[in-house]
Amino acid sequence: MKDTVRSGVLAQRRRRGPGKLQLRLNVNGETYEVMVEPRRTLLDVLRDDLGLTGAKKVCDRGQCGACTVLLQGVPVYSCLKLAIECEGKPVETVEGLMSNGRLHPLQQAFIDHDAFQCGFCTPGILMSLKALFDRNDSPTEDEVRQAVEGNLCRCGAYSKVLQAALSVARANEQE
Amino acid sequence: MPKIVRTRVEFEGEVRERMAVVVEDQVLPWSAREKLDIVGRPHPRVGGRQIVTGGATYTADVQIPGMLHCKIRRSPLPHAEVLSIDTAEAQTLFGVRGVLTHANAPRIRWFGNSFLFDRFVRFEGDEVAAVAADSEEIAEDALDLIHVRYRELPFVVDPEQAMKPDAPRVHKEGNVIGGPEGDVYERGNLEEGFARSNHVFSERYETQAAVHNCLEPHCCVAMWNGDELVLWTSTQHAYGVRDGVAAALGLPLHKVRVICEFMGAGFGSKQGAGKHEVIAALLAKMTERPVRLYPSRREENLAGGVRHPTIQYLRAGVRRDGKLMALHLRSIANVGAYGTDSSEVGGPVRELYDCANVRTEQFAVYTNAGPAAAFRAPGYVEGMFALESMMDQIAYSLSMDPLQLRLVNYARKDPVRGATYSSKPLDEAYRTGAKMAGWNLRAKAQQMGARRRGLGMASQIWGGGGGPPAYAIIRLNSDGTADLVTGTQDIGTGTKTVLVQIAAEELGLKAEDIRITVGDTLAGPYAPVSAGSMTVPSMGPAVRAAAKSAREELLSLASALMQVSAASLSIRNGIITSTTPSKTVAVSDVTRRIGDFMIVGKGARGPNPPNVKVRTFGAQFAEVEVDVETGDVTVTRVVAVHDFGRIINPLTSGSQIEGGIVQGIGFALMEERFVDPESGTSLNANLEAYKIPTILDIPIIEHALIDRPDESCNSIGSKGAGEPPIIPTAAAIANAVYDAAGVRVRSLPITREKILVEIGKLKLQPKPAGEAPGPAQKRRRPRRG
Repeated sequence: MKDTVRSGVLAQRRRRGPGKLQLRLNVNGETYEVMVEPRRTLLDVLRDDLGLTGAKKVCDRGQCGACTVLLQGVPVYSCLKLAIECEGKPVETVEGLMSNGRLHPLQQAFIDHDAFQCGFCTPGILMSLKALFDRNDSPTEDEVRQAVEGNLCRCGAYSKVLQAALSVARANEQE
Repeated sequence: MPKIVRTRVEFEGEVRERMAVVVEDQVLPWSAREKLDIVGRPHPRVGGRQIVTGGATYTADVQIPGMLHCKIRRSPLPHAEVLSIDTAEAQTLFGVRGVLTHANAPRIRWFGNSFLFDRFVRFEGDEVAAVAADSEEIAEDALDLIHVRYRELPFVVDPEQAMKPDAPRVHKEGNVIGGPEGDVYERGNLEEGFARSNHVFSERYETQAAVHNCLEPHCCVAMWNGDELVLWTSTQHAYGVRDGVAAALGLPLHKVRVICEFMGAGFGSKQGAGKHEVIAALLAKMTERPVRLYPSRREENLAGGVRHPTIQYLRAGVRRDGKLMALHLRSIANVGAYGTDSSEVGGPVRELYDCANVRTEQFAVYTNAGPAAAFRAPGYVEGMFALESMMDQIAYSLSMDPLQLRLVNYARKDPVRGATYSSKPLDEAYRTGAKMAGWNLRAKAQQMGARRRGLGMASQIWGGGGGPPAYAIIRLNSDGTADLVTGTQDIGTGTKTVLVQIAAEELGLKAEDIRITVGDTLAGPYAPVSAGSMTVPSMGPAVRAAAKSAREELLSLASALMQVSAASLSIRNGIITSTTPSKTVAVSDVTRRIGDFMIVGKGARGPNPPNVKVRTFGAQFAEVEVDVETGDVTVTRVVAVHDFGRIINPLTSGSQIEGGIVQGIGFALMEERFVDPESGTSLNANLEAYKIPTILDIPIIEHALIDRPDESCNSIGSKGAGEPPIIPTAAAIANAVYDAAGVRVRSLPITREKILVEIGKLKLQPKPAGEAPGPAQKRRRPRRG
């Protein structure tokens, strides 16, 4: 579909919505400036505009948890947040979980316990658990289950997710 | 040297004899006593670090500069003729770069006699048009601006209705695939068998459409480099997609490269080329831009495939002592509008028990529902639910222990061909499982108010022997590390990990010194589809053969450099040791000294042993609590014992078992796609109304593996582990529900409503007479999307 240029003016094409706006986001401690349509979700901005593809798009309507990130420390479905709502609020994604080149204990526990299969749900589950462990570093089994009840894993790695999380909780308890 | 042989190839319950070119496996199987360093031990997943850091690049994550986004306009009607498609308005939208419909797409045949974009749409979700635009949002806007006029046609979504001669025809060839007789298997004399029976049981069973719902949808990115197509796609068979897409586009095979590095699961729904890949490739060609196609969850539920819903009429004749005298199954599988008939519902009836007189009649029927696709042990999950429910019923009627009834009918040889099994430790699985589950204590059923506890069990049989063709290549680098290059794919099962362990074991290197490439048809040689539980038993021996070839070449060079005979050399942990005289040298020293001369080992999967049946076996025991007031069922514990031959990695095989059981719980209790018979449209095409298990639904899962090499089946002694664990779960749960509440629900999923109806606490309003669902009814018009 080529646009025709007549007397130096682009032929008018129909457009929906107001077009792109400039937006400043703080993700994993870094500030980014992006041009996005106001209807664009935080998830799409993270993935398509910032290239942070850890959070996954599965249902795009808050039913599966694969896009879970932390917004001001609270786990949210990033597919249900418009990016423009998040200006000035710190966002944490799975890409920010490591510190100084070291895996977060939850990440290491997931590897050790084989707490994933295809891994598509893993970034969301890790962020749900991160929020829990930030609040309470030695949660009980029930608390772990509640923290990830909104994250679907179709491969069924749940038992090992539980084991991995509880192993971190026990290690924290002993410290 | 390769040679041509006749070989028997088994895939998802179907056995075909065919000519094949095979390379004799020169590798002797590892014996049970052989001490192995890496194989058989838990090994963390290769690629795990990428997954937990968000750095794994799935097809969903592939981004190419200048990439456009494709969205598909789908039929809102279950059956219609497309009269006209007006795309003019969509084309005027800012950011729209290409629109594809039957008017401008090449006429590419698809699903037999249909086309990529067909004049007729046959289910809600059938492809009508596609748009490529600067963003997904714009592509979606453009879909709204495409105006389609349909002529609605009569439709049918019920398979038994669809079998009637006057039913609306989904395809002009008729609705019953292969003709009205169905697919018939018979042995012995059925009528004689029933005549010699003391008791005859006859029941109707129903299993539902379960949606695969892989979290990564059927997505792809297509990019042209000149006349070569590069396709990133989420697939279970990179080579299959290459061949299918090349055929559809009329391209030679060397012009199509398919890549799938990390994969967000398939469960059977991604076995070959799909329309989406061809559509993306065509739009990429049209726009001269890379194109990403990413279906929504709704599209995935409508068009991504479902487990074939079945209706099964099962009749069993037994002698007073429990001996099965006759089994007769008539099964009807609803394949939807285009699904395949690859669902061997009669498999368990034919091959699980020693019964002389057996007849199975399998029907596969087209309807105007979303297409069915193979789903983890297709046919066997459904067939096992019916057969093992009936075995339980027989046992209770004869006042026999259900486990004892199974032992009375235990098949020592394959009942279908009379062949001996390469190994069959099913009796051991029964014994071990019964002990772990406390089977002998179950009579003391516990009651806690309205909650009743019960225990049920079921058996598992499945293929999983794998076979040729499958290849692998190993290259040694000058620093002593190695590249294992394959064309297989890791669909989330742990293929990469297991193959690296096998290569490391055979080559004598550390696992971390081997890098594996999967999912790239340009890099690795042919590899089979990751389905039918065949990846490890097919690829494993090929990898081992490649490693052996590389090891032998390495040792022959080392012997020259060390001035000792090659026969006295062995490698372990990256160190080459000579026994006489006693010397050691690091592999990296040898490879460094030979410089950039590259040792390349090539391996192929050898043929399967002749006249031997390779099967996986297992047994599961489920413990449930049923609330007889509310009908609520809670699975509290599942015990699983399975035989996959040699276990390469107990960590990943354990994950396969747990995953199969979790999906089995979903299938038993909660999952069902609803197609409204009045409108022919789907009512729960999302992850909220379509229920899959969450972490709150998970019972205690205890599993044991009969970790014994099956030395006659292939050089690694392993069988497949992917599908077996889901096969017995639903049947075991249904039998446990009976043990707990005394009601037998013969229709899956076992909902509260069905339990309360069986208990007699709930009466369903019968439908007013004459209100048969179907096209004659004036129906709610679905919203035009």
